[in-house]
Amino acid sequence: MAEPRLIEISPVTRVEGHGKVTIHLDRDGAVDEARLHIVEFRGFERFIQGRLLWEVPVIVQRLCGICPVSHHLAAAKAMDVIVGVDELPPTAEKMRRLMHYGQVMQSHVLHFFHLAAPDLLFGFGAPAEQRNIFEVIRENPELGRRAILMRKFGQDIIEATAGKKIHGTGAIPGGINRNLSVETRDAFLAQIADMEAWAGEALALARSYTLENAEMVRGFAAFPSNYLSIVREGDGALDLYHGQLRALDAELNPIFDGLDYARYHEMLTEDVRSWSYMKFPYINTLGPETGWYRVGPLARMNTASFIDTPLANAARDDLMATNDGLPRHAVLANHWARMIEVLHCVEKIKELLHDPDLQGTDLVAKGDRRPEGIGVIEAPRGNLIHHYEVDENDQVTYCNLIVSTTHNNEGMNRAVRDVAVKHISGQPEITEGMLNHVEVAIRAYDPCLSCATHALGQMPLQVEILDAEGAVLDSRERAA
Amino acid sequence: MSGFSFTIDGVEITGAEGQTIMEAADAAGIYIPRLCDHEGLRHQGGCRVCTVKVGGRSVAACTQPAEPGLNVENETPHITKLRRDLVEMLFHEGNHLCPICEASGNCELQAMAYRLDMTDPTRFPYLEPSRAVDASHPDIALDTNRCISCGRCIRASQDVDGKGIFGYVGRGIHRQVAVNGENMAATDAEVTDFAMSAEVCPVGCIIRKREGFATPIGERDFDKGLIGHEIEGKKADD
Repeated sequence: MAEPRLIEISPVTRVEGHGKVTIHLDRDGAVDEARLHIVEFRGFERFIQGRLLWEVPVIVQRLCGICPVSHHLAAAKAMDVIVGVDELPPTAEKMRRLMHYGQVMQSHVLHFFHLAAPDLLFGFGAPAEQRNIFEVIRENPELGRRAILMRKFGQDIIEATAGKKIHGTGAIPGGINRNLSVETRDAFLAQIADMEAWAGEALALARSYTLENAEMVRGFAAFPSNYLSIVREGDGALDLYHGQLRALDAELNPIFDGLDYARYHEMLTEDVRSWSYMKFPYINTLGPETGWYRVGPLARMNTASFIDTPLANAARDDLMATNDGLPRHAVLANHWARMIEVLHCVEKIKELLHDPDLQGTDLVAKGDRRPEGIGVIEAPRGNLIHHYEVDENDQVTYCNLIVSTTHNNEGMNRAVRDVAVKHISGQPEITEGMLNHVEVAIRAYDPCLSCATHALGQMPLQVEILDAEGAVLDSRERAA
Repeated sequence: MSGFSFTIDGVEITGAEGQTIMEAADAAGIYIPRLCDHEGLRHQGGCRVCTVKVGGRSVAACTQPAEPGLNVENETPHITKLRRDLVEMLFHEGNHLCPICEASGNCELQAMAYRLDMTDPTRFPYLEPSRAVDASHPDIALDTNRCISCGRCIRASQDVDGKGIFGYVGRGIHRQVAVNGENMAATDAEVTDFAMSAEVCPVGCIIRKREGFATPIGERDFDKGLIGHEIEGKKADD
């Protein structure tokens, strides 16, 4: 009988941020425990204290280089409340929405083509040297070209609304600091037909992948859970920028609905565990065992009543009706849902570009100061909550951030365990390909570990197999 | 008053009696880098970024009188390096986090670093001061972690506003600008004071509340060109 072993995948690759996986094997080589650990800590919630309220949207976006716009806008929405503004001028809200749709588009495209596509196109167990974006481009140059141009389009939208592609300054408390020129608008409109067509083709690719591999998708880290997002007030439509909180159970029955997101803390609690810097949120009324939930593109497909753009709505209907509800809980269907959202964003961008409010000059509203503000947004990876308190001198005294990846913490850990049990239990030798299966499951959530713990870094992979006393039995390494 | 000739980097310009080298250079469309000097304030000669060489001697162009026949060296590789070293030391003394500073794009220190091609992090260890932001005043905040002790606010408050809100305290490396009171709220500072205006503080130390980031990227002072481009533009216009 073999000794118990500990397998460590550290750090996890092709996700944003530092994390590691540990897999504990018992004497029979069966998986005893498998966990995703987040090993970095940055402490934004602490060092933002003392800073001035109008600095916050610019500072906290530095949590992330992939979707800083989400943090920028969530913080700006919280600061809107604090400066006493409940309704932005139309130009400000629409410029912010345009910024957000641009960023969700570019982030989703980045994830699907650059991070996930190598697994999907070449197989989870393909040689490591093949699983990268350059091989994707070599195999399919036109697909690679479109991926790059779609991402560029989204980033150009961000630049036009925030001043820079990454870490701009567009949103300020109570509004926005710029409008969109007619020349810039027309330059985007000239590209929109291509973007819509390419988004449709990317969606078809994700859809066909899911259906062609239905059996594998159904069995790969697929399990029921609760789901949470904001949806549009009144009709429950998908709304990535603003709305009310809705939580559904695995059968898509409401746990709560129509909840003002300023009351999030009445329904959600963050649990802390000693082995990870990432917290474990759960729905209070259900408790930590059954109250965990998932967020993100697939969660939003589940929580939204419909999508208010025609092409994306038809695609969602298709997803929800396909194959006896197959995609509802299947983590790999996140890719399909993600591409539906890309199409939705393109449709929304097109709608906004035709709106003359974007050329308006009323950019900022003013109101009476309040001590507390909460801003919530649907970031590319899911629900994002920013909560601040500010004193009478305009200095932040309290900050709480619950980011998408944190919401998904329990789900990702269960996915890791599910895949580890199926692909690693009882194996005499652990191959790199087997370990990549674990990473594929994590990657499907498109986690941003940097945001989740407010940490940043790049990720070479190191795997060590240790015996029960901690001695290294076997190790594998690969470059970032 | 009769004019006279002297040269800066070999270019002959006209000076007038009573002018400093910098004033004559400005009038001729030649930019000499500076941080502590500012139009409308008395010259101080403190930051030494305007150091030029005259007859092999290093002098501050903002205080050194222009004289007939001077041969002034301004933007030579040697002097540019000296200036870059000075600017690097200012970065090392404070917390100049340009990516999150509301003065970014309007900041003369940041702009000077760009002009002097300070593209690498400073070679000197950061001192990382940890001074609390003074946000006690309803309209003005002070983040002295960003102060470069140029003294422009001191001269503006004393000489223009007639108030004396600011002054130096401490000696040597510990010298810093402080307010004349327990905090800003305890002074008679007003946001309309010249000392509090956007043009006086060259960095993001004196903050007018609720204005931060209102100017979009692309329209800030130094988005339009390197620091000094307006003075150099005078020459191009002639």
